[in-house]
Amino acid sequence: MTAPPPDDCLARNDWICGEYLSTRRQILLDAVLQHLQLTVVSVALGLVIAVPLALLARRRRWTVGPVLGITTLIYTIPSLAMFSLLLPFYGLSATLVVVGLALYSLTLLVRNILAGLNGVPTGAKEAARGMGYGPTRQLLTVELPLALPTAMAGLRIATVSAVALTTVGAIVGYGGLGNLIYAGMNSFFKAQVLTASVLCVVIAVVLDLLLLGAERLLTPWRRASRRARVRSRAGAGIRRLVAAPGRRT
Amino acid sequence: MNTLSAVWDWLTTGANWVGENGVWHRLEQHLVLTFACLALSALIALPVALTLGHLGRGGALAVNLANVGRAVPTFAVLVLLLLTPLGRHGQWPTIIALVLFAIPPLLTNAYVGMREVDQDVVRAARGMGMTGTQLAWRVEVPLAFPLVLTGIRIAAVQLVATATLAALVGGGGLGRIITAGFNLASTPQVVAGAVLVAVFALLMEAAFELVERRAPGWVRGRAR
Repeated sequence: MTAPPPDDCLARNDWICGEYLSTRRQILLDAVLQHLQLTVVSVALGLVIAVPLALLARRRRWTVGPVLGITTLIYTIPSLAMFSLLLPFYGLSATLVVVGLALYSLTLLVRNILAGLNGVPTGAKEAARGMGYGPTRQLLTVELPLALPTAMAGLRIATVSAVALTTVGAIVGYGGLGNLIYAGMNSFFKAQVLTASVLCVVIAVVLDLLLLGAERLLTPWRRASRRARVRSRAGAGIRRLVAAPGRRT
Repeated sequence: MNTLSAVWDWLTTGANWVGENGVWHRLEQHLVLTFACLALSALIALPVALTLGHLGRGGALAVNLANVGRAVPTFAVLVLLLLTPLGRHGQWPTIIALVLFAIPPLLTNAYVGMREVDQDVVRAARGMGMTGTQLAWRVEVPLAFPLVLTGIRIAAVQLVATATLAALVGGGGLGRIITAGFNLASTPQVVAGAVLVAVFALLMEAAFELVERRAPGWVRGRAR
């Protein structure tokens, strides 16, 4: 005599299933870890490339056009095509996903770092020069800190976008939670698809808040004028949305 | 390079361009999907954005919609929709996902365009005795148009990208060439498909750029 089939949410294929969470904890944890690694490494790589590019574009005016043009061109390529175009170079590897995501983050990072540097008040720069600061010291201690809020806005958008885009890496087997979504689609496993999707959004929100916290810590002078900032925030927030290019898919 | 010539061979083989799985058919699917969804989302987003912008309400909605939109993976939404009862109805999961993601850029850009109309101009129009509706149609909408157009461009390019992704969940379009290439483990086909998609996306961007540059002055304005 065979045992009757278990009547739990896994057998019923429910969208929300506690049984799924408890039995697949390790799988979920591994996927979250891979997702975080891919996202963080790629945005960090993007930052390492973007900072010198932005500094170059500021020093040599004629490079602004090409730098912004090329990074925007890269940003236009759809993610599935981007990962596929990198296939001959990196094969089915995590590196492929990291390089693809880093290339996407360049547009947002370079634009915002440049905008931040250009927004440094002339008075602050002249004061630094008057105090005898050399170009390097002026850049490190005056200009970069003042450019930080705008640069951080770009970093936050780039990070949140990267979390969402990592899922497409499932096409080459390195998509973090995207792998679970892909596998869940093929087996019609609803709980797995929903859980992984929700975790993606949670990761994006958590990373965004962490970066916001880091920004607060790094710019203590901005806390003093909080009330004034709150008043001007609504308008500035709306304006920034339009300055940023659309989301990537 | 070996792969490069293999990709060229794939692209120049006539048999790959014709038939049910050929490039022409996939391109047609991609175009229809992109423009149908662009029209649909514009029909939903623009009236809402222009009305809210005119009334000066809903700024938080515009900002939050755009922010939340970035955090939600398109791929996840496509799969979620596929697994709902909607999934049994052909292209509908794809269409809904595409429209859903095209709405935020249309909405935010049109809203900001309306809000950023010079308040002196608005006061002058009111002083001339214009009613609210006249003000909206004759002054605010024309002045907001450059940003509305930018929103449409962003939405269109994004739709091309999302339509590509739809291939992962069995939708049509050029992305199918890429996914089929992965299933066949054929790198040349994957890369050839990627080249076609990239060229298509860049052409779409360039076409809108051209429209923005060549259009009459009031359309161009201070776009971007």
